[in-house]
Amino acid sequence: MPSGFMQFADKYLMWKEGPMIWGSDVAILLVSIGIVFVLTYFHKWKWLWREWITTVDHKKIGIMYLICALLMLFRGGADAELLRTQLAIPNNHFLSAEHYDQIFTTHGTIMILFMAMPFIFALFNIVVPLQIGARDVAFPYLNAISFWLFFFAAMLFNLSFVFGGSPDASWVSYPPLSELGFDPGPGENYYLLALQITGIGSIATGINFLATIFKMRAPGMKLMHMPLFTWSTVAACVVIIFAFPALAIAIALLTLDRIFGTHFFTILHGGNPMMFVNLFWVWGHPEVYIVVLPAFGVYSEVVATFARKRIFGYSSMVASLMLISVISYFVWAHHFFTMGAGADVNTFFAVASMLVGIPTGVKVFNWLFTMYRGRIRMTLPMLWTIAFVPCFAIGGATGIMLAAAPADYQYHNSYFLIAHFHQVLIGGVVFGMLAGMYYWWPKMFGFKLDERLGRWAFWFFNIGFYVCFMPQYALGFMGMQRRMYTYPADMGWNTLNLISTIGAYIMAIGFVFIVIQVLYSVKYGERDLTGDPWDGRTLEWSLPSPAPHYNFAVIPTVTSRDVWWELKEQGRTDELKPKAEDIKPIHMPKNSARPFFMGLAFFVAGFGFVFDSMWLGFLGLAGVVACLIARALEYNDDYHIPVHEVVETEATLGRLG
Amino acid sequence: MAVHGGVTREPGHKKHKATQYIVGYLSSLILTAIAFGLALTHTMRVGPLIVVLTILAGLQIVVQLYFFMHITEGDGPPFHALFLILGLIFTFAIALMSVWIMGFPAFMAQVS
Repeated sequence: MPSGFMQFADKYLMWKEGPMIWGSDVAILLVSIGIVFVLTYFHKWKWLWREWITTVDHKKIGIMYLICALLMLFRGGADAELLRTQLAIPNNHFLSAEHYDQIFTTHGTIMILFMAMPFIFALFNIVVPLQIGARDVAFPYLNAISFWLFFFAAMLFNLSFVFGGSPDASWVSYPPLSELGFDPGPGENYYLLALQITGIGSIATGINFLATIFKMRAPGMKLMHMPLFTWSTVAACVVIIFAFPALAIAIALLTLDRIFGTHFFTILHGGNPMMFVNLFWVWGHPEVYIVVLPAFGVYSEVVATFARKRIFGYSSMVASLMLISVISYFVWAHHFFTMGAGADVNTFFAVASMLVGIPTGVKVFNWLFTMYRGRIRMTLPMLWTIAFVPCFAIGGATGIMLAAAPADYQYHNSYFLIAHFHQVLIGGVVFGMLAGMYYWWPKMFGFKLDERLGRWAFWFFNIGFYVCFMPQYALGFMGMQRRMYTYPADMGWNTLNLISTIGAYIMAIGFVFIVIQVLYSVKYGERDLTGDPWDGRTLEWSLPSPAPHYNFAVIPTVTSRDVWWELKEQGRTDELKPKAEDIKPIHMPKNSARPFFMGLAFFVAGFGFVFDSMWLGFLGLAGVVACLIARALEYNDDYHIPVHEVVETEATLGRLG
Repeated sequence: MAVHGGVTREPGHKKHKATQYIVGYLSSLILTAIAFGLALTHTMRVGPLIVVLTILAGLQIVVQLYFFMHITEGDGPPFHALFLILGLIFTFAIALMSVWIMGFPAFMAQVS
């Protein structure tokens, strides 16, 4: 082969790195060829373009978010299995130190920003407009832009694995370690650019859903009539809007340091690396509330539905959601008590951190009281919700231990911390997202996921979870620090680490069961013909599954909380069936390919800056500006669905009143 | 664009003159230039400099809210007033508490 090619292959394709890279190259190539072949063979290119890539329909965007989140859960989970395999036995050399660093970096970043975030956005998109009786979000075009920015940012981030090298300064990427002097190469740039791009999309989503909920509720739906998932979306959006700019600034400054030679965080030239730590956690702590608040919303819906009771303490639920979103801004320094800002600072943030536990505790008690004397049905969403309660309680208790500043000096960055935040993020967020996925799956696709396979997944995942993470609390007390890539045999850590790794494998089996469950249910899952498979309480269950693309033929008038349940109790459900004479032409947004191209332009820009190629970077940005200008000059971006089409659709669904 | 109910394109929205935007744009540029100039030329000591920069940042917020976000206009329930107060609380909490944390108060008490 020509030497030029070999140089390229060594430098960018990393072919000297060994079989893992070769395997990934082959796998990516095969999957790509497979996708192209399937799409071509079944003549699906046009369908993909028209129905999905150019869509501005919130339900389809939600489904695309969900697919991406599950794929990223797989990627992040595979990273986790590699990490645990490396740590299973002492003095292991399954991974090199450098690879280990790269893998824990991508594991953390992907799980938070490319798994948890799209998962909550998936549920926002699928559920919120249906719950509040709207036909779409406030800004459908912006919604599509948000998705494609996330999608291309995720592509950019994952590309680092096989092209140029992965980031390896951990998901927090503290300078000076993440500065050019200590971390040359494109890896860290991938991290910075990908986060910047997906962050823009996230802020837009926050604004979009806040506007949707405040401006587009069905007539009669007062704020205190809103379902709790919608309330949790409000709380999460407030936090998104105020927290994400801090991340954008922190990583923009670090990007300037790395690419344009500024010195915001390099000590030698008067910069202050601790300022990055400060800014990062101004975003970082609210971020965990951003992902957990929607999960709280899911639990509230699920508990009320499957206990067949009104949620206990609705107003205190709303109040605690809003309180959490405010207090979450006053706790960030507990991530760096050991920085040494002093006793006053640490005391303030320790007390604030303990305070935030109070509204969370209120919510847990409200869920328990809702279940108390309810007629509980043990369906899959309910199982995950019940499993969440003890898991989150332990995670919360260890969180209070960490919040005590003097004690934190002992736990800081040990495996105790690792066990704690996995317990709240898996037990809180992942359990909640899975519960939400099972709960609203019939609404998205028109069939239920198989119960039996789901139970296997549930038990494997839960037992695996405790086997994996309980030993890590002990390991933390025994002195094991996070991010160690190997350890000597005489530390007394061997057994617990092996147990923990076995737990991680059991969790992986649980995930495999979920995959099997989805594939099996596509063919054999119980079809949902009524639109209300769980005997639900809120407006989305008054629609057929899946909902027609305009959602509501006639916008319902809401008179109470849990309006669908009330109507069912009073035998008045027919009132929500549209009458032919009431149907008017429906005003809808047109599909647009521009959000996709805008994401692509951001991808090009990001890719250019990753490799310090200014011309490519600015070319990409020019593409972004071109998209913006084209949009500003666009006038025909909407259309009306004629009455006869709506009537026909409703008639075939058998819903005409 | 809005699908129904209408978030944008409401009839009766007041047209804004271009001069308002130009004045806003120029004043935000001037405020930024003053802040940059003060930070670059080291004409003030750090303590007073921080105070002046904070005041300039406050003015910048006022310019953005008045000239671009039309804070004095609006209809419907006053959600935005509530959120603005919340935003102000967050802004001041983050900015002032960052100054507090990054000033390393304990360390400074020891060296002085």
